[in-house]
Amino acid sequence: MIWSVAWRNIWRNKLRSLVVILAVTLGLFGTLFMIALSNGMVEQKIDASISNEISHIQIHTPEFMQDQSLAFSMDSTRAMEDEISSIPGVKAVTSRIKAMAMASSAATGAGIMVNAIDPEKEKAVTKIYKSIIEGDYFESSGKSAPILISKKLATKLKAKIGSRIVITIQHTSGELAYGLFRVSGIYKTANTVYDEPNIFVKKADLIALTGFDPSKSSEIAILLNNVEQTDPVTKSLRAKYAALSVLPWKELEPILLALGSMIDQMSYFLLIVILVAMAFGIINTMMMAVLERTRELGMLMAVGMNKRKVFLMIMLETIFLALVGTFVGIIISAVTIHFSGLYGLNFAAWAEGYESWGFSALVYPKLYLYFYVEMTVLVIITAIISSIYPARKALRFNPAAAIREDA
Amino acid sequence: MVMGVISTKALHKVYSETRIPVRALNGISLSIEEAEFTAIVGPSGSGKTTLLNMLGGLDAPSSGEVHINGTNITSLPSRRLIDFRLHNIGFVFQSFNLIPVLTARENVEFILQLQGVSKNERQKRAIELLEAVGLPDKIDNRPGDLSGGQQQRVSVARALASKPRFILADEPTANLDSKSTAELLDIMMKMNEQYKTTFIFSTHDQRVMDRARRIITIEDGKVARDETR
Repeated sequence: MIWSVAWRNIWRNKLRSLVVILAVTLGLFGTLFMIALSNGMVEQKIDASISNEISHIQIHTPEFMQDQSLAFSMDSTRAMEDEISSIPGVKAVTSRIKAMAMASSAATGAGIMVNAIDPEKEKAVTKIYKSIIEGDYFESSGKSAPILISKKLATKLKAKIGSRIVITIQHTSGELAYGLFRVSGIYKTANTVYDEPNIFVKKADLIALTGFDPSKSSEIAILLNNVEQTDPVTKSLRAKYAALSVLPWKELEPILLALGSMIDQMSYFLLIVILVAMAFGIINTMMMAVLERTRELGMLMAVGMNKRKVFLMIMLETIFLALVGTFVGIIISAVTIHFSGLYGLNFAAWAEGYESWGFSALVYPKLYLYFYVEMTVLVIITAIISSIYPARKALRFNPAAAIREDA
Repeated sequence: MVMGVISTKALHKVYSETRIPVRALNGISLSIEEAEFTAIVGPSGSGKTTLLNMLGGLDAPSSGEVHINGTNITSLPSRRLIDFRLHNIGFVFQSFNLIPVLTARENVEFILQLQGVSKNERQKRAIELLEAVGLPDKIDNRPGDLSGGQQQRVSVARALASKPRFILADEPTANLDSKSTAELLDIMMKMNEQYKTTFIFSTHDQRVMDRARRIITIEDGKVARDETR
């Protein structure tokens, strides 16, 4: 019956209880939605980086990571690709030739990173082909070699589809080589920092320009079936290619991992602030509830309700109050996060800012089930802690005096 | 001295919280037997409420002893005293002090639940008592839906629920009209005869004094008169 009394007691002053419930609901919704939004942004950023830029694992010569030059390449990469493809967990493999170069248009020039790829194999590893916004992905044929450049670089070079671009790159002989390419496609990812320098050409065209050994590559990119397989596959590749540098995405872009940790830390900080604010609101309400029931609590103690039960009753009232707010807050949050996660939230007005930091302006909020459970547990703990002060206050009542308090 | 159901020995109570200490009880010794129907009367500030608090174990004397059924309750530790009150003493308060969120039946049952009585038994006893105090049709009403007299009858039923040896009633008729007072006194006398429960009232009310079989008059913290009729 103490449970029933506690439950009914919270509805004695409906307005006051509803204010606290609303505060808990809004606090919870605000926190969960902010965390889901941050979570979604970071996960999208990681997914986009893996699927458009770095894939799950890359292999290079150790020197290539210091000096991205044609001189530091790996031998027999075709055989390596076949070997790696047979490793469990590997979905697709491709090799690239990469080198720093200069791109010049009729208007101006810019430093670039040339990615010489096998277009079909590349499609299996990265989704750059899905980011084409003008022209096509090495599909049309013409006299000049095709080149894919980003929207950002196209703007900088004042180039458009069909424009001619001259690539200046070091020949394997050490001399400078000049190649004429025609813009066949313009792409745009959510990361303008990546987009600006990276251009894509066919492997054969770069080999013809630079005299690079066709059996070699600068980089092997590996896509896995899922991100959880990164560590075991990395371990297996490191055992197999001890002389080479095998790097998982976490080491290729450590900032991605740091970003995740930073968001987690910020989320917990936000959570603590909200829970502390919630605790003060609950303490205030429960103190009022206790003080206005002095006579009733005095009567209960007088007739023989022991201190443990008085404490339990007030604690249950506090927990019920918080749980109602939590329940409503979680339902509203779950529904909002589910639907905004399905359709996305478009922050188009701030797209330029978002993209300059590598984030998409179309955000799909995401929150895992365990976080809802964690949140509920934390609110219950907060309610229990918040109930201690009002409950102790009630226990200090002298029943004889409390019974005679004015109502 | 012959020890009754309740006896006090040289009860003193001095309130020292004020600048000038207040001597509320000044050596009260008395004995109350089983099934008595006793009124403690006296002017305001004479010490009758303080005496009632001592008898109910709600307040501790500065010196002296209170014995109930042979137990010196002034020496009991707090936890045992609460338990003693739960099983031996019924309380009826001036302002009824029912739990507003519970129905009349639940208010009566609440005490039984604190005693650990099973659900079926406590429901049965609560209904019996509410019928005995003349409220068979108000069992599922909350206090807010009852008149003052009806609420006080529920509080008598609640006080009787734990089958206490005696009931302490602090100004039980102070907030009631004449009709409700008469009805309440009839009920309490009936319970007194039926269950042999000892009733002790503190009161100013002449109507209560007229029905009491023993009147103890307190003046300046002492027993001024003790009349049995």
